[in-house]
Amino acid sequence: MTQAYLHSVGAIGPGVPDWSAARAVLRGERACEPAPAPQPDAAVLPANERRRAAASVRWALAVALEAMTAAGRRPGEVATVFTTSGGDGETLHRTCETLAGVEREISPTRFHNSVHNAAAGYWTIAAGSRQPSVSLCGYDASFAVGLVEAASQVQAEGVPVLLVAYDIPYPQPLQAVRPFTHPFAVALLLAPEPAPGTLARLRIEIAPQEAEPTPFPGALPGELAGTPAARSLALLAAVARGEKATVRLGYLDGCQLVVDSAAWS
Amino acid sequence: MKPLVLSRCAAANALGLGCESTLAALRESRPGLRPNDFETARLDTWIGRVDGLEAGPVSGRLAEFDCRNNRLAELGLRQDGFADAVAAAKRRYGSHRIAVLVGTSTSGIHETELAYRRRDPATGALPPGYRYRHSQNVYSVAEFVRRYLQLDGPAAAISTACSSSAKVFASAHRMIEAGFADAAVVGGVDSLCLTTLYGFGSLELLSREPCRPCDAARDGISIGEAAGFALLERPDAGGGAVLLLGYGESSDGYHMSAPRPDGAGVRQAMGDALARAGLAPENIDYINLHGTATPANDRAEDAAIHAMFGGAVACSSTKGWTGHALGAAGITEAIISALCLEHGWLPGSLNTREIDPAFKSRVVLAGEERRLRHVLSNSFGFGGNNCSLVLGTAAR
Repeated sequence: MTQAYLHSVGAIGPGVPDWSAARAVLRGERACEPAPAPQPDAAVLPANERRRAAASVRWALAVALEAMTAAGRRPGEVATVFTTSGGDGETLHRTCETLAGVEREISPTRFHNSVHNAAAGYWTIAAGSRQPSVSLCGYDASFAVGLVEAASQVQAEGVPVLLVAYDIPYPQPLQAVRPFTHPFAVALLLAPEPAPGTLARLRIEIAPQEAEPTPFPGALPGELAGTPAARSLALLAAVARGEKATVRLGYLDGCQLVVDSAAWS
Repeated sequence: MKPLVLSRCAAANALGLGCESTLAALRESRPGLRPNDFETARLDTWIGRVDGLEAGPVSGRLAEFDCRNNRLAELGLRQDGFADAVAAAKRRYGSHRIAVLVGTSTSGIHETELAYRRRDPATGALPPGYRYRHSQNVYSVAEFVRRYLQLDGPAAAISTACSSSAKVFASAHRMIEAGFADAAVVGGVDSLCLTTLYGFGSLELLSREPCRPCDAARDGISIGEAAGFALLERPDAGGGAVLLLGYGESSDGYHMSAPRPDGAGVRQAMGDALARAGLAPENIDYINLHGTATPANDRAEDAAIHAMFGGAVACSSTKGWTGHALGAAGITEAIISALCLEHGWLPGSLNTREIDPAFKSRVVLAGEERRLRHVLSNSFGFGGNNCSLVLGTAAR
């Protein structure tokens, strides 16, 4: 059993501009009002990088900053795990469009924005961080894949780790082959020891796929369930309610992630 | 840290198919680069292409994964008795206790590049038969490897550009330490595509000749492609001549596509790798450089190495042999390092004619027979992502 303490959360999605809004919705204290997707401004970035950063990067950095601020920590002081199914769709689309044409001139900025670890790169630049950072993909299971890596780091290295999961819908024609429509990003600051304000103790296990995954919380729009990063919401619902709960997250073929969440403070 | 043994390795790259051919090419001086002849890329550069990928589709039960990157993955998995070694490990641990961690930078993006040429003229839709999940998505190659080897444990694709398949070793070690797995298949697969060729072209980082790492006149990289895999186990459980002794990871926090000039992030990664291995700089017999042959990379790496190791340790880059396999560079060079440890060979830095006079580390130009005990291998990626590995002989 691998264990980590959840110190803080950052979250952003349509109708839930931050974790306190998401928490209230997940606790049933208020309804999730339909709202256009927020447009995070990535104020943490220096001006040059802010101009160059793609939308997906802004989403990732918004929740990363929210979680670090909530825990009272400087942005760059912990190791990071970034996870996303598809990176930045606009960058992919424009790149492939250019390469299908006669003049195949990709801009240098678009090229460096195309790497899967673009958000991690911008984050470490913004934070002036030399901490280790890894960027992962697990298709629909990208959040669970990131949680396993982050929990491994917490347990094996004995250090706090910021896990950031984010997925932004692709533009057409890519959206037709990767059809999810709602953006979502979440950040969890995980650590080997509890601290004042710790939200939950998580115990994580990989188990055979023998039970149905925990349903997507009904308090949020059903369309969001298709967004890989929003698969975290089944776990966040237990955290928000401050209950002891066993959450089963869809993981990879033949197995699932079983997370025991217990309220801490 | 507790070492892990590389109980089996498999390689497919521009030098050849299999570990034996890779080592033989280094020893017998048969370089892997050729003038660019990839698809429709009209770029005056050299590439490290793996022959035969155009002709051999992924077939059978995994046919839906067919794309250049997964063809290369399959070719790699077929080498060196790798699948048999994994099958034996599966009998020891169970299929759900073996992790799969595969590094890639662009996965099957070439499939999307081709699909964009065949969009419906009226609607803009991608052509029928284009399979996003099984090609373009970064996880595709990890899913392919997991299904090819019929494993049911944890898995991830790691994508930190050119450090991707060095970092798989770090994640595997942690996953085993944390109890999520008993063994791990780690690897890296990256294949030629237009995005990286034209992308590096746009940055003016493609050499017009075979790349010349650490040379005074170096002018950029030669892009290669490769697949490489290693089965990692606890030393008491698996046999093998080479151990993973340490890893170190860091970020530059400096620039998206240029290394930090003072090499501070690189020093941190190398220092952490040595610390985990319980070794001092003087214990390292050979450093396999990231050594891409761009002016900035080699300069920053030289600064970092000289600051930590002085000018005594033999260093070389093998990118002049294989090309820069990007997300598969880390595993390819870890396997080359393991082969050198096992067989007592120190490879020279091919195409390097006159070492940059500003460099202070000891760059070796000609290969030589030499018994090695500890090797450090460097891999750095866009976004300022650094990873160093320390490997050593099992009989120390």
